[in-house]
Amino acid sequence: MANLKELKTRISSVTSTQKITSAMKMVAASRLRRAQEAAEAGRPYAERMERMMGAILDGASETVGGPKLLSGTGSDQVHMIVAVTSDRGLCGGFNSSITREVRLRIAALEREGKTVKLLCVGRKARDQLRSLHGDKMLDTFEGIGRTVVTLEDAQRVTAKVLELLDAEEFDVCTIVYNRFVSAMTQIVTPQQIIPVTLDRAESDEAEDGAHAQTSGPSAVYEYEPDEAEILEALLPKNLEVQIFRALLESNASEHGARMSAMDNATRNAGDMIDDLTLTYNRTRQALITRELIEIISGAEAL
Amino acid sequence: MADMVGFDLATPTSLIASEEAGMVVVPGSEGDFGVLPGHSPILTTVRPGVIEIHNDGAVTGRFFVSSGFAEANQEGCTVLVDEAVPVADIDRSAAEERVNAARTALQGADEGQRAAAETELANAEAMLAATQSQPTH
Repeated sequence: MANLKELKTRISSVTSTQKITSAMKMVAASRLRRAQEAAEAGRPYAERMERMMGAILDGASETVGGPKLLSGTGSDQVHMIVAVTSDRGLCGGFNSSITREVRLRIAALEREGKTVKLLCVGRKARDQLRSLHGDKMLDTFEGIGRTVVTLEDAQRVTAKVLELLDAEEFDVCTIVYNRFVSAMTQIVTPQQIIPVTLDRAESDEAEDGAHAQTSGPSAVYEYEPDEAEILEALLPKNLEVQIFRALLESNASEHGARMSAMDNATRNAGDMIDDLTLTYNRTRQALITRELIEIISGAEAL
Repeated sequence: MADMVGFDLATPTSLIASEEAGMVVVPGSEGDFGVLPGHSPILTTVRPGVIEIHNDGAVTGRFFVSSGFAEANQEGCTVLVDEAVPVADIDRSAAEERVNAARTALQGADEGQRAAAETELANAEAMLAATQSQPTH
């Protein structure tokens, strides 16, 4: 049986770990609330932007062939994946589920003979993917959402994506992030952002069906200055909004995941302390009993 | 309501206003335009300026907006911009500082930053102008 002193040290070390995990849980809970509020505050803009995009694309004449953001480069040989993770760990499967999805996608695309490139958001994506796919990495963004995700963060990422698009580094761009459902559940969501996919907008419109019907495709819009110019301004903005939304969702997911992970850890530490305390008490009693037996048998021998 | 126009003003980080109004005057990039109920569908870009909310012939709300997009249709008017503040909440000296900072930034800007710096200056100047202008009738 382990000796008493050893047990005591272990109990105190588990107790201090428990204190840390429960503090981290509290911090994550308050951050989660803030992140959720931020995600909700951004929703009206994103929804209306989507509706506007839908309206303009519904009515778009075929003559608008131009912008690469809309129609792509005309090929789909080079895929770029934007992996959205966090800078820090200790948040359960949050980061590894993203990197797993990214790995699977890379494997699938390579089987089709495509070239894959990677853009990492968050240090964890880089760390976990570097060993296998280090050669595909174009850039890594760090420090996003350290406190809250700002629009500037999204603009930084968007600027990089647009720069790479201009340099014709890729044909198709997909962003992979954790969509926030609840503190317990985050869903890994791959979303193609370049070229623009419309089925997303359509399904969203179908959700608030009443709205979609009144503003249906029957409305023919007038454009000022003209369609092409508006699209030229609207498309990068739309990209920015989608990236912003992905970052916000991912941020909320991160704190949610960390909160549940730390909750589990705190509970496990509690169980462990109970077990150790039981062993400690048993050992202590066994020791006392043994000493008593020794004394008694010593006395009897006399 | 038939004689009111729904007005939404949103930035990527928040919904600034969502209300019913008699008329909304939006600073479109091709000139200001007023949106009355049942406006024909239009999609336009917005230049930095001031949005005015009219009710019963008087201006009841003024918002400074940076550049963005506006959509008007049968249902109402939706304005999406990067930045929007009620004019009454703008701090005049802060706006002046912003103009100066933007000017300095523009002077030091290289080729790549020039466009962004110019936009920022236009926004800052529009913001300052918004504090000085009086509501039009």
